[in-house]
Amino acid sequence: MIKQPVHIDESDVVIRLRSLEKSFGNLHVLRGIDLDVHKGENVVVLGRSGTGKSVLIKIISGLLKADAGEVWVLGEDMNAINPKSLRALRLKIGFSFQNSALYDSMTIKENLEFPLVRNKKHLTRKEINLAVEKVLDDVGLLQTLRQMPAELSGGQRKRVGIARTLILQPEIMLYDEPTAGLDPITSTDINNLINEVQQQYGTSSIIITHDLTCAKTTGDRIAMMVEGRFIQQGSFETIFESNDPTVTSFYQYNFINGDETNQK
Amino acid sequence: MSKELKTSGKYLLSARADKFFLSLYQVYRFLLLFFKEALLPPYEWKEVIRQCYNVGYKSLPLISLTGFITGIVFTKQSRPSLAEFGATSWLPSLIAIAIIRALAPLVTALIAAGKVGSNMGAELGSMRVTEQIDAMEVSATNPFKFLVVTRIQATTLMIPILMMYTAFVGLIGSYLNIHANELTSFKAFFQSAFVTITFRDFFISSLKALVYGFTIGATGCFQGYYATQGTQGVGRAANWAVVVSMFLIFVEEITIVQIFNSIRTG
Ligand SMILES: Nc1ncnc2c1ncn2[C@@H]1O[C@H](COP(=O)(O)OP(=O)(O)OP(=O)(O)O)[C@@H](O)[C@H]1O
Ligand SMILES: [Mg+2]
Repeated sequence: MIKQPVHIDESDVVIRLRSLEKSFGNLHVLRGIDLDVHKGENVVVLGRSGTGKSVLIKIISGLLKADAGEVWVLGEDMNAINPKSLRALRLKIGFSFQNSALYDSMTIKENLEFPLVRNKKHLTRKEINLAVEKVLDDVGLLQTLRQMPAELSGGQRKRVGIARTLILQPEIMLYDEPTAGLDPITSTDINNLINEVQQQYGTSSIIITHDLTCAKTTGDRIAMMVEGRFIQQGSFETIFESNDPTVTSFYQYNFINGDETNQK
Repeated sequence: MSKELKTSGKYLLSARADKFFLSLYQVYRFLLLFFKEALLPPYEWKEVIRQCYNVGYKSLPLISLTGFITGIVFTKQSRPSLAEFGATSWLPSLIAIAIIRALAPLVTALIAAGKVGSNMGAELGSMRVTEQIDAMEVSATNPFKFLVVTRIQATTLMIPILMMYTAFVGLIGSYLNIHANELTSFKAFFQSAFVTITFRDFFISSLKALVYGFTIGATGCFQGYYATQGTQGVGRAANWAVVVSMFLIFVEEITIVQIFNSIRTG
């Protein structure tokens, strides 16, 4: 299944990155990243483990600071943003962590209501409960409401993690490997969820993955990251018709491992 | 913080010395940030109360037991020496001085360091390495204020209260032993116990407990909040929280006693 194209307004850029650089000590991770994400668009970032994909979205969300280059998110310059604007901006950005990052000491319900209770002080108890139930129902896990995170499976935790970021109805979603380590059926559920979020709320997303099925079903555009740079950007077809050896080796690896994309 | 400083890749003095001064600088930044975040609104009262309950609840059973036994044992061991001079009637006031001036603050602090400090190190450490602290930050909650400041405030507030409780339980233990041996009445015991105790003693002990409480909270949170390197780092954070805070408590004990003794004599 290839993703149906959605209407994207090319003039409305929600994330703009220019010559972005980031090092840790002597490790030069990001080496000049350029990227535009348009309103309502799903951009998939494909790349091998350790190329700096997580670092990239941590910079976009302001968890890490770039060493050099420009980072613009919803019109804000992330290199010069003040704490107050950053706080306001963060309510508009959802971040789904690679390992879900659910709060261990809280129930699923408390996890989900945490962003609301903290940031939407005007809401009543009843409104919060309704919002929690709705978003948990959206990810199909209403029955886990009173459980602790440790009692859930990896896939369930991931879905709760996504639900927790959706509860604030963000304008931008950053998904860090939403399907990694999940079975194909659960992966399909999550891919569908990502597309539903895009269609329902008009959210713009960056989806980090090395799962080609996920890339194909959720991405309006694919950006191929190799050694801290995007070596190619374009639709799924254009990327995989390319003759660049790094790109071909990446999807050949997936073919050998029996990924369903070999039926394209 | 320290990561940014390290990027040059060269050492100023030596690897070890640089690391040491870097961590001192990190401690300084941590304390500065604590006072800034603690003073500036919004305040997290609800979370502070929850943490106070945690601190009290976690250490209460062990402190009750230790305080009680300390009282009994100390009384038992002191009796023969006083009996030599025929001064067993001084037992209550000797015990009261020992417990209120020295034992209660120290016993409370050391137990809380082992129970509460290690718990904070492990809890915040695992929140750090599993990115729960990052998750909190991206959902527009200040994790330092919500997790660190509240915990340090809770220990600073609760250790003095627990210290009073330890002193009380210790005196009860002592009373039971004295009552069994010398048949002293409850009233007579407490009357002679408090003859020598002054307000100054209570004040110094409370001040000590306050300082120890702050030390325990700050050390545990510092170790946990800046934990690195996965699950191994969590264990190390818990461990160091105990070792460092116990060491600091001894240094503080000596310092505070010295200061007040010199005030008295000087
Ligand atoms: N806070 C940090 N301190 C030091 N090094 C870091 C830090 N965060 C990431 N790195 C390093 O940066 C590199 C890129 O890490 P990153 O997590 O972005 O990889 P990734 O592309 O997301 O890989 P994966 O697909 O395995 O998640 C790694 O070598 C990692 O060790
Ligand atoms: Mg990653």
